[in-house]
Amino acid sequence: MRQSNLYLVIYAAALTAICGALLAFTSESLKPKQKANQEIERKTIILKTAGLDLAQWSDVQKLYEERVKSYVVNHNGEVVDGVDAEAVEIAKEFKKPVEERLLPVYEVSNEQGEVVAYVLPMYGNGLWDAIWGYIALAPDMNTIVGVNFDHKSETPGLGARITTEEVQKRFVGKKIFNEKDEIVGVEMQKGEVGNEAYANDPHKVDGMSGATLTGKGVNQMIYDYMKAYERFLRSKRTTQNA
Amino acid sequence: MSTDVKEKEVAIQEKEPLFSAKNRKLITDPLDAKNPITVQVLGICSALAVTVQLKPALVMAISVIAVMAFSSLFISLLRNTIPARIRIIVQLAVVATAVTLVNEVLKAYAYDVSKQLSVFVGLIITNCIVMGRLEAFALANKPWPSVLDAIGNGLGYGVILVIVAFFRELLGSGSLFGYKVFEAIGLSYPGNGLMMIPAGAAITLGIVIWVQRWRNGYVEEA
Repeated sequence: MRQSNLYLVIYAAALTAICGALLAFTSESLKPKQKANQEIERKTIILKTAGLDLAQWSDVQKLYEERVKSYVVNHNGEVVDGVDAEAVEIAKEFKKPVEERLLPVYEVSNEQGEVVAYVLPMYGNGLWDAIWGYIALAPDMNTIVGVNFDHKSETPGLGARITTEEVQKRFVGKKIFNEKDEIVGVEMQKGEVGNEAYANDPHKVDGMSGATLTGKGVNQMIYDYMKAYERFLRSKRTTQNA
Repeated sequence: MSTDVKEKEVAIQEKEPLFSAKNRKLITDPLDAKNPITVQVLGICSALAVTVQLKPALVMAISVIAVMAFSSLFISLLRNTIPARIRIIVQLAVVATAVTLVNEVLKAYAYDVSKQLSVFVGLIITNCIVMGRLEAFALANKPWPSVLDAIGNGLGYGVILVIVAFFRELLGSGSLFGYKVFEAIGLSYPGNGLMMIPAGAAITLGIVIWVQRWRNGYVEEA
């Protein structure tokens, strides 16, 4: 009996159904908690990218509410009303043509309430799969305060290094616009010479040895998103100069 | 260290009829003489990968013990109904379910650690120790001894993980559980980069295996 084909099939089907049901149930009941964790992580990254020292703050949620003002702009740099920036899914927006994308902006202020950084989300393609991250610009809308990258499946030890502080801090202080006031972004170079390399070039950062293609993905992502936000960046700049 | 554990368990188990001498051996043997990592050299992959710091190593050890206990219990309960021809798939389904459960729970309650462990929680499925014990023990034994055997082997795995992680975190970043040990006693320690990469784990583990076998006089039969 235990060897009959019918028994086999029924046994396998029943086992699958039970395991499946158990997993579905757990996944559903733990989802709110997992979502909350992801929210806190996202907020932590935004604050960190803006250069805030989080070590002295225990309650990220509260700090975020006090310091961050978020809104959504469109490709023309106009604020889009009635859209919650916190709920915009960058990965989904990435699939739309640039003109139709919702572009969230996170304004991070210091204790005195002055804006210290504009944090903008980015999304793009690495070597194997998606990469994404944030770029924080100083109020001059040109100087990079900080960047943060993450990835889905870049090669560990090579392309995956974009998530390390070592690589990310190379971008700090670099510029988005060139002397002719065109967006050029920041180009990660081929080959790795050391962290002090390209210190005098505002548009170049040291590459990652063995991960030139991931670097290219990062370059493209920064350029694309700076282009997408270009009108917003320019409008912010002029209002401040005026 | 293992002798301490043995003594403690003997003390508890005298009152506990469930822990017969035979059952006790199920837990204590894999800690030392039949250790899955140092003697059988199974489960090396994750032992190298998650031992940079003590905390993830400890969580990994607990996760493996939980997965092993859960799947051994269920396989043992089902052992008389499992059709022999699909027993491996049945084992795999049960293990995969247990691993996914652990992964979900970690994501909900220990998010940082689950990010650090990343794929290695999922890879518990492929850990030879888990299915090895199901195939070799749980399929042929009653639930209670099977669970003990699973916990014993899980502990044997975990002990080595924690030992390796202890040395790697201490020598690699000069801390234990993130607490800067050397700075606390007034020394500055620059950290040994080798210990941070998997090669450092391979060396540490090699030394652990060497010490263990030298102590036990274990020699592999050719």
